[in-house]
Amino acid sequence: MAIIPKKTPMREQPPKERIKNFNEVPLGYTPEEAINEAKRCLQCKKPPCVKGCPVEIDIPGFIEKIREGNFKEAIRILKDKNSLPAICGRVCPQEDQCEKECVLGKKYEPVGIGRLERFAADWEAEQGIMEIPKIEKSTGKKVAVVGSGPAGLTCASELAKMGHEVVIFEALHKPGGVLVYGIPEFRLPKIIVEREVNYIKALGVKIICNFVVGKTKTVDELLEEFDAVFVGTGAGLPWFMNIPGENYTGIYSANEYLIRVNLMKAYLFPEYDTPIVRGKNVAVIGGGNVAMDAARTALRLGAEKSMIIYRRSKNEMPARIEEIERAEEEGVIFHFLTLPVRYYADENGKVKEMECIRMELGEPDHSGRRKPIPIPNSNFKIPVDTVVVAIGQSPNPLIPQTTKGIEVGKHGNIIIDEKTGKTTKKGVFAGGDIATGAATVILAMGAGKVAARAIDEYIKTGIW
Amino acid sequence: MAKILKKEILAPNIKKIIVEAPEVAKKAQPGQFVILRIDEKGERIPLTIGDFDREKGTLTIVFQEVGKSTYHLGLLNEGDEILDFVGPLGKPSEIEKFGTVCCIGGGVGTPEIYPVARALKEVGNYVISIIGARNKELVIMEKEMREVSDELYITTDDGTYGMKGFVTDALKKILDSGKKIDRVIAVGPVMMMKAVSELTKNYNIKTIVSLNAMMLDGTGMCGICRVEIGGETKFACVDGPEFDGHLVNYDLLMARLRTYLEEEKLSLKLFKEKMGIQ
Repeated sequence: MAIIPKKTPMREQPPKERIKNFNEVPLGYTPEEAINEAKRCLQCKKPPCVKGCPVEIDIPGFIEKIREGNFKEAIRILKDKNSLPAICGRVCPQEDQCEKECVLGKKYEPVGIGRLERFAADWEAEQGIMEIPKIEKSTGKKVAVVGSGPAGLTCASELAKMGHEVVIFEALHKPGGVLVYGIPEFRLPKIIVEREVNYIKALGVKIICNFVVGKTKTVDELLEEFDAVFVGTGAGLPWFMNIPGENYTGIYSANEYLIRVNLMKAYLFPEYDTPIVRGKNVAVIGGGNVAMDAARTALRLGAEKSMIIYRRSKNEMPARIEEIERAEEEGVIFHFLTLPVRYYADENGKVKEMECIRMELGEPDHSGRRKPIPIPNSNFKIPVDTVVVAIGQSPNPLIPQTTKGIEVGKHGNIIIDEKTGKTTKKGVFAGGDIATGAATVILAMGAGKVAARAIDEYIKTGIW
Repeated sequence: MAKILKKEILAPNIKKIIVEAPEVAKKAQPGQFVILRIDEKGERIPLTIGDFDREKGTLTIVFQEVGKSTYHLGLLNEGDEILDFVGPLGKPSEIEKFGTVCCIGGGVGTPEIYPVARALKEVGNYVISIIGARNKELVIMEKEMREVSDELYITTDDGTYGMKGFVTDALKKILDSGKKIDRVIAVGPVMMMKAVSELTKNYNIKTIVSLNAMMLDGTGMCGICRVEIGGETKFACVDGPEFDGHLVNYDLLMARLRTYLEEEKLSLKLFKEKMGIQ
């Protein structure tokens, strides 16, 4: 059979239409499209794609089942290793993981593994079925998981399948962490997160919301009730640039902007109580996925101009290419090699203008990317009424601050043994952004999985 | 879910509720706050803990009806449940033996200063309290404040009760009488805290204020509560809510509190229409 060089295209909402709504952009495969795409898989004997997957999904296995039209078996294989397939199929950077390793990708486009994963998960949801895997006999051991983001949910589901009693403590009022407060509806519909959270609950995991570990109870208190604690509290502390005028109103952290829209549904104000400033000239500072999310959200809130302000050039942008392309299609304006240096406000303290300086690229820095250097006397002003600062965030300090014996690195990240997730405190494990600094959903899930295995061993043997 | 066990009207538009929240009550300390959300479409609002009973597992919250959420909260009755209720958040007040302390509460700042005054009294401070309100009708918690204070002064803007004037007038009188005050703690409207801080700066008295910034998550994630303290940006939710009153940029705080003025008006108007409130 002749090789089809390109991925089966996926239908999506056209840019002009989608910037008027918060609905998901790509629309998913039909069964025929999925089968066609599955047929492109070479079914390698030693599949390199699996090595590219942080949670070790049997990729050729589930694709083969899709090819056969046995979707039920396909989702079973996926869920054997991944409790959040509908989420991963949407937000994993497959181009840097499984699809990067795909043999077909050496000459042609790789197999659309992410698209197929999404298809199988969505197919199961459409059938209204939710198959629960085998759960081991109860061990009588209890584990507390702090935070219900990708790391916590994965760690909890793995432990539950092993027969342990698991309770997740979540500070916000809804489970999901960054999946509900951070990633926008048009990229990851919240109904999908809810469905996957329900699956985790169906495994027997108990989720307690509105519970701030470090405040409502400390980790040490949890250790009195539980045999082990997993900390997956994420990277919660937004960075600002500390430039003059940054506290004027209308200047948001990306976290605030996205929490308002995603978690609190401010785009539905006044039906929902939480408001948001609907800026006409919006500047988003930063070049990562979060910056793309914020810039695209601004368009959907009615911005006439949504701008990305990034200090390096397009090549150095950390955002996924797919996200940059979608932002471009939707009309986001990119100002590369531009750095904000000061804000100006009107008489009410509301931001009205941003002063920037032009940059040029010098020698590579510690990140391997060429270092941006300001060009003297190149300052210029851009009128803005809303600014979103999306330059990253540091690990949430609440738990390290309130727990004796947990050591942190110089960026505030909890120090762990990467092979086990063990912290420097006996019985306490950690993983995800709290340990690595801001990274991806799938890496956090991988860390949750690694820790689950080590927790299982620790609580069964008592050996630290 | 947190159930309202008791509800009391303290003054026009000022209500007190006692809420069942054993885990929050167990950890609550003076100066801390909770964040609540009334229902699925509600916003998250921070409210200072008025009092707590660790044995009964209850918290007291006193609030003034000013916007949609507080009006809505005021309509709830005993037995009703608040959907989301999380805490205790923020750093507790510094409670030490300072000597003579002056606790100032303006408006609904009074119930918030009450547990602080009580704790300061318990560790052996001489507590002078000043409570201020616009008029007699709005003076609240006089009896409770009297119980935990060695001296209590009351001011009303219109002179219908206590001394006519502002809390700063009473404070100035005390200071000018030659009394040595080691520390002032003021909780109330921003303008009041600003005025108190300006006054005490002249007398070189350490002054602590509790900043009522807007908040979302209350755990340091969103940064909406950022305030400037001595020119440095701090997050009121995790670094505060109490700060050195002499270092606060009050104008910035006031400007930030006005961010959603129009939206808040609209939200309240729609709610009042829906509920038939005048």
